[in-house]
Amino acid sequence: MIVIGIDIGSVAAKGYIISSGNHHRAMIPTGWSPREAGQAIIDQLLEASGLERNQVEQIYVTGYGRVAFEHADKTVTEIKCHARGVAELYPEIRTIIDIGGQDSKVISTGEKGQVLDFAMNDKCAAGTGRFLQVMATALGLDVSELGDAEDPGQMQTISSMCTVFAESEIIGSLARGNPKGGIIAGLHQSVGKRVAAMARRMGIREQVAFTGGVAINPGVKRALEEEIGTRIIVPEACQYTGALGAALLAWETLRRDL
Amino acid sequence: MLDEFMQGFASAREVNLLRIKEAKENGRKVVGIYCTYCPQELILAAGAIPVGLCGMSENPIAAAEETLPRNLCPLIKSSYGFAATDTCPFFHFSDLIVGETTCDGKKKMFEIMQDLKPVHVMQLPHLNNTEASFELWVEEVRCLKKRLEKELQVTISDQDIWRAVEVINQEKQAIKAMFDLNRADPPPLSGMEMLTAAWSRSFSSDKGELIDNLNGLVREVANQTNNRQVKAPRVLLTGCPVGLGTEKVIRLSEELGAYIVAMENCSGYKTLELQTATNGADPIVALAEKYMAIPCSCMSPNPYRLKLIDNMIDDFRVDAVIDLTWQACHTYNIEAFEVGKLVKSKGLPYLHLESDYSNSDLESLKVRIEAMLEMVEK
Ligand code: SF4
Ligand code: SF4
Repeated sequence: MIVIGIDIGSVAAKGYIISSGNHHRAMIPTGWSPREAGQAIIDQLLEASGLERNQVEQIYVTGYGRVAFEHADKTVTEIKCHARGVAELYPEIRTIIDIGGQDSKVISTGEKGQVLDFAMNDKCAAGTGRFLQVMATALGLDVSELGDAEDPGQMQTISSMCTVFAESEIIGSLARGNPKGGIIAGLHQSVGKRVAAMARRMGIREQVAFTGGVAINPGVKRALEEEIGTRIIVPEACQYTGALGAALLAWETLRRDL
Repeated sequence: MLDEFMQGFASAREVNLLRIKEAKENGRKVVGIYCTYCPQELILAAGAIPVGLCGMSENPIAAAEETLPRNLCPLIKSSYGFAATDTCPFFHFSDLIVGETTCDGKKKMFEIMQDLKPVHVMQLPHLNNTEASFELWVEEVRCLKKRLEKELQVTISDQDIWRAVEVINQEKQAIKAMFDLNRADPPPLSGMEMLTAAWSRSFSSDKGELIDNLNGLVREVANQTNNRQVKAPRVLLTGCPVGLGTEKVIRLSEELGAYIVAMENCSGYKTLELQTATNGADPIVALAEKYMAIPCSCMSPNPYRLKLIDNMIDDFRVDAVIDLTWQACHTYNIEAFEVGKLVKSKGLPYLHLESDYSNSDLESLKVRIEAMLEMVEK
């Protein structure tokens, strides 16, 4: 049995291929075409595993680009896929915080990784990867550099939740001579506060996992832990849990149909 | 046959527009209303045609924002926008507009609307369980009667009111019978069909005909075999008023494979179990009693809405609840907390959505609705 799960996000496309006892994963930038990114992921997965396209029995697709991808056997929401993927890696997790490029969500899960409740950010970009990306550019950095550049000891609180206002706030802060590291810590705190409020509203049950592209940033993890007051687990493959979940759901459907 | 009925309901707006135009030319009066709190019976008793004006289109919102603040409920902006741009023929034909002080947004908007048309505003108390508030409301219903008499130059007798009470009671029964069809599993009507039929009543110039059509639809459904055999999650919709033009959440949910089997909104079940008593001495008091009982979130506290939702979940064997709040509608938005608690305590998924009339959030709404439906998929 061979299945593929793909998660086409706004920033990166991720994929998992599972064949009996074996798996491979791949990731590329989504670029302007979610469809082409999905195709490229399949090609990479096949190459890495040495398998042929016609051996793949099911392809499940999730993420914002899922509807653009026409070779899917089924599309599933990110919410269900993250829950399933995380449950596989950490069965004791009951709350998942996922921060991606354009949205952030909090998922409450049951014993088998089933979704019990969820919350998502509203239309605005505060509390998402996009927010951090805009701010990194304003600071002359790449978004991947933020985590190591922060200095919580010199915290400069960012009070604006709106991306446009926050951007002018940090430009003003820089102009006043405030240290970059402190400003970055403030940005992380701002994301942490926003997402923690959403999580508290839904109810936080331990243990808590943090997934999605933003989870790579240790500064946001630190801020989140401070805000919600518990330790948070970041899975080693924190960007892949959606793709893994999609692949596992495909696998389970096949097995049920046997 | 069912399609024919639906066609009839769907074209109600145009058909009645022409009829109302004709009726106007023959000297009949038209009264525009915005909300279920308006005692339509009095308008009927005055020999006038009541028409629903609730703004359900995005088009006039930009014009409304020249006057009203942007972060206001789209329903208020749309209602005012239609009036200000004179693009709603029903508003245009209205001789008098009746408004109520439900939420603050409407209350203050009606003050501005007075510049465009005669507007009569009923002062609605915000609690419905005390003697004093009830007396105030009775007084307000009497005031409306006087204003109608003055503005339309008629006298309204008690007899006229009792007759109108009969008609509206029948109309409510007929709509309720239509909604109740969907207690069946699978439901014979889609959410869009229910909405189309229920919504047509706001424009109907002939209540008798409307009642006949609704009853005909109910008989027709009883006679035909249900061809919607697919098993699908049964969803209850509650929250702010939804009408034709602002049905995106209903449409999306059904496109994503759900059955919207029941609606606890103003155009839905909210008022359908409320009948005006016909055995009292004073029809005004009887009307006041019925209208005061409406479980709108502008009432504080508002326990009847929770009870209604609770019962509907059981009666319609619902799998999940969607609670839709229009942006900046504080009362429904805050009450969502209580509704959520109730729904979750019954072990069902609860999805609270905040939206407006634009299509800018379709994708994000879709993800949420889809994820909720995945939760009930067996
Ligand atoms: S929600 Fe309340 S205020 Fe709005 S139309 Fe319905 S009854 Fe009136
Ligand atoms: S939806 Fe809410 S804010 Fe808008 S008119 Fe109705 S009660 Fe008022």
